[in-house]
Amino acid sequence: MAVSAETVVDLMVQGVQMALVLVLAPLLTGVVRKVKARLLRRRGPSVLQPYRDLARLLRKEVVLAENASWLFRVIPYIVFAATWVAAALVPTFARGLVFSWAADLLVIIALLGTARFFLALAGMDIGTSFGGIGASREVMIASVAEPAMILVVFTLALVAGSTQLSTVAAHMATADVGLRVSLGLALVALIMVALAENARIPVDNPATHLELTMVHEAMVLEYSGRHLAMIELAAALKLLLYASLVVGVFLPWGMASPGAGLAAHLVGGATYVVKLAVAAFALALFETSIAKMRVFRVPDFIGAALMLGLLGTLLLFVSRSL
Amino acid sequence: MSAVLALLACAAGLLGLGVVGVVGGRGRVGAAVVYLGSATVCALAAVSAIGVLLGGEPVSEVVLPIGLPWLGAHFRIDALSALFVVLVDVGGAAAAVYGLGHGRHEGHPRRVLPFFPAFLAAMHLVLLADDAFTFLFCWELMSLVSWALVMAHHQQGDNTRAGYVYLLMAGFGTLALLLALALLAGSEGGYAFADMRAVEPAPHVAALVVVLVLVGAGSKAGLLPLHVWLPLAHPAAPSHVSALMSGVMTKVAVYGFVRIVLDLLATPPWWAGLAVLLLGAVTAVVGVLHALMERDIKRMLAYSTIENVGIVFVGVGLALAFDAHGMGAAAALALTAALLHAANHSWFKSLLFLGAGAVLVATGERDMDAQGGLIHRMPVTAFTFLVGCAAISALPPLNGFASEWLLFQAVLQSPQIEQWGLRILVPGVGGLLALAAALAAACFVRAFGVVFLGRPRTPAAMRAAEVDRASLAAMVALVVLCVLAGIVPGVLIDALAPVTSALLDARLPTQAALGWLTVVPIAEGRSSYNGLLVFVFIAVSAWLTVRVVHRLASDRLRRGPAWDCGFPDASPLTQYASGSFAQPIRRVFGTTVFAARETVEMPPPGDGRAARHRVTLLDPAWRWIYDPITAAVAGASLRLNAMQFLTIRRYLGMVFLALVGLLLVIAIWR
Repeated sequence: MAVSAETVVDLMVQGVQMALVLVLAPLLTGVVRKVKARLLRRRGPSVLQPYRDLARLLRKEVVLAENASWLFRVIPYIVFAATWVAAALVPTFARGLVFSWAADLLVIIALLGTARFFLALAGMDIGTSFGGIGASREVMIASVAEPAMILVVFTLALVAGSTQLSTVAAHMATADVGLRVSLGLALVALIMVALAENARIPVDNPATHLELTMVHEAMVLEYSGRHLAMIELAAALKLLLYASLVVGVFLPWGMASPGAGLAAHLVGGATYVVKLAVAAFALALFETSIAKMRVFRVPDFIGAALMLGLLGTLLLFVSRSL
Repeated sequence: MSAVLALLACAAGLLGLGVVGVVGGRGRVGAAVVYLGSATVCALAAVSAIGVLLGGEPVSEVVLPIGLPWLGAHFRIDALSALFVVLVDVGGAAAAVYGLGHGRHEGHPRRVLPFFPAFLAAMHLVLLADDAFTFLFCWELMSLVSWALVMAHHQQGDNTRAGYVYLLMAGFGTLALLLALALLAGSEGGYAFADMRAVEPAPHVAALVVVLVLVGAGSKAGLLPLHVWLPLAHPAAPSHVSALMSGVMTKVAVYGFVRIVLDLLATPPWWAGLAVLLLGAVTAVVGVLHALMERDIKRMLAYSTIENVGIVFVGVGLALAFDAHGMGAAAALALTAALLHAANHSWFKSLLFLGAGAVLVATGERDMDAQGGLIHRMPVTAFTFLVGCAAISALPPLNGFASEWLLFQAVLQSPQIEQWGLRILVPGVGGLLALAAALAAACFVRAFGVVFLGRPRTPAAMRAAEVDRASLAAMVALVVLCVLAGIVPGVLIDALAPVTSALLDARLPTQAALGWLTVVPIAEGRSSYNGLLVFVFIAVSAWLTVRVVHRLASDRLRRGPAWDCGFPDASPLTQYASGSFAQPIRRVFGTTVFAARETVEMPPPGDGRAARHRVTLLDPAWRWIYDPITAAVAGASLRLNAMQFLTIRRYLGMVFLALVGLLLVIAIWR
């Protein structure tokens, strides 16, 4: 089988993308933590601290609860793999990833849903009340956040005429998109969903270890060693995925188009890093300036995202130009 | 022999097996003959039907000299019938193999054995029938035989009430279908389906037919608010029959709807799509919310069937709406999505009901809160149930996702519809669908987590053992089907093309022509999905990660007591159970839908009584529709009771008055 040079380049771009998201994900978490610490006038740990944490966790032995099943040991890898595959399909520095036709935006959302499904099962496996509380709250939040996300996808798909993320990003970079009310609503809804899905303030506190207020941390309470490392890395990847999604769709400039040269790809990579830095700063600023809400206020918060998404879609149904 | 004759012979063979069940139902050999025979006949029938569906054999029909003397019994097989015959046969074969092992735990095998093959035969006959009389006769046969199966365990719990409600609703549904078909036949009495296709009914007749079919087929399928019998009757039957009723019989109802509205009725009214769409979406969400509130594992599955029927009807409704606006390709997409979901649901719901039956055998309890930790003692059942849960929760790369993805693609086609009502409704329907999917995931995390994970809550759950090999074989076969249908949905989509071509004169692009088994519903630039590649990606990256981590980092492992934040809690009762797991969702959705209320009775200090936490839920269908109706009927019959004790003079007076009244009516009519 003759392999053309273009295919090799495409495969390389896809490979670089997979490696890039894996390498950048802990850094993004580290930067957010650092900026938050600086905003609170603390010095904060180095931005490289997440890498060190992961390395240490990976080297440690796993302490497994006595009644843990085989599922409990498999789940960290399933969660990680599903999140990694999803993150590898979101255009970051280049469009037209070679495997982007395998999965559109709906599939990416559903892959994250797969990861969540299994993580919630892991919370139930040991049979402790903390695992159960985390799992039950997680699925409650997801039951509102997921439809909200799907409606955001609808809005984007109706504007771009495609659910394919590369096509959406390419369309958003053209001038004929213009300013639309529905896209503004979709952006707000997407950010709200992203906050909820990544267990950020005001929905959940990623730094808390106070049992009754935590959701994500309660689910993974029984994990240790390399299993915990996989789950932490998956969480970092998910944050990176949502950040890439927001900047890729709503700030689509600078991305290398398919078949572009090396220089275009380098420019794409540089702009991507800058965009991520902006997103990290914005997230840290937002998180420091708002309080966490009670768990039963959360449905109101994400319900608002759901309504915004619905409104955005409805406007597009009423008129294609809104 | 033509396909229709072969299938009729299969149905006759199944009826014969029913007789075997009557005669030899007491012994083990008789049971083995009935179940093995049913599985074999189903396999033969499936081969024949697949030949019709894929091989494009010509539509074959036959008229048998039975039934009404001037009409005969018409039978016919086309692509639509063939598709549903395949669904019946796959579900039937799996249930029969499962019954081979599961049937040994049956206390009264003679209450099940004769009816099981007869039920399968009746479903085949409904799908083959080609005139109104045969169709209704077989439909009613299907209802009655399944009623007998529902009543098999009539001494237990609420099952007699379940049978009673089922009988009432089935009779009501058949009455509606009878009226619908009579309207279609017209005053000339063209009872053969071919005659009905030929005439175009007046608009008001068409409207009435759609409403009646929605009532008739919808009540069998479980559409709101006619669903009330379903969560009572489906769980009451033995588990492999529950699998048939939920997985397969609801699909026969979908067939009835599609056959009459899309095939026999030449031009459905413009609002038909809108009504079906709205009804389907509401059914999906309310059904899954009910499932989330349910403690009984089989009733939970029955409510989830209602949800999935809602999803199928959303697809059918979209197809009607697109068809009415001349958008053939979009209509084909929506109908393909609906039929694919019907097929997928029949597989994973059968799988889940069989799994629930295995749990019932192992622990003797349908209550989820009496289980726990079964993954350790029933590893194969747990694995198969997990695959079923993941498939029904629409997780890629399994089959439930493929059909829901297609349905979302169909929803995204709808801004081109001209009509305003639909344009405003469809985004809401899309949102409701997404909500139903997310809630279904929550529902099945809860089911699997409470039943199979955690620590055992009762001694029975602690002693549970894996079920027999025949049962496991049936479940594993369905798992294979779910996985295959998920990673290569293109094959199934191509198999559905003859159906959409026949009904809508449109089909999806041939998927087999695309490289890498990709699914492209409209055009490559719009959307594509490759289940195989997603599956391979996840599997390879997970495997690589495991290898790398174990090789380069650490593979040591130590077992210790659970950490649980330093609270080693003593009792397994402190685990989250079905009620507590659903509590956040109950507070978010249940207060509006079910008027859910929680009361806590805390005795004062010094009082030795236990504290109580009570949750009350009101089923809106019973509360607003059925309870008022039953109250009215009961009140009226109480009043009419007085008429039993009148004198002869008064009776004669009433006869006279009735006569005068009737004569007056006739006089005015003329």
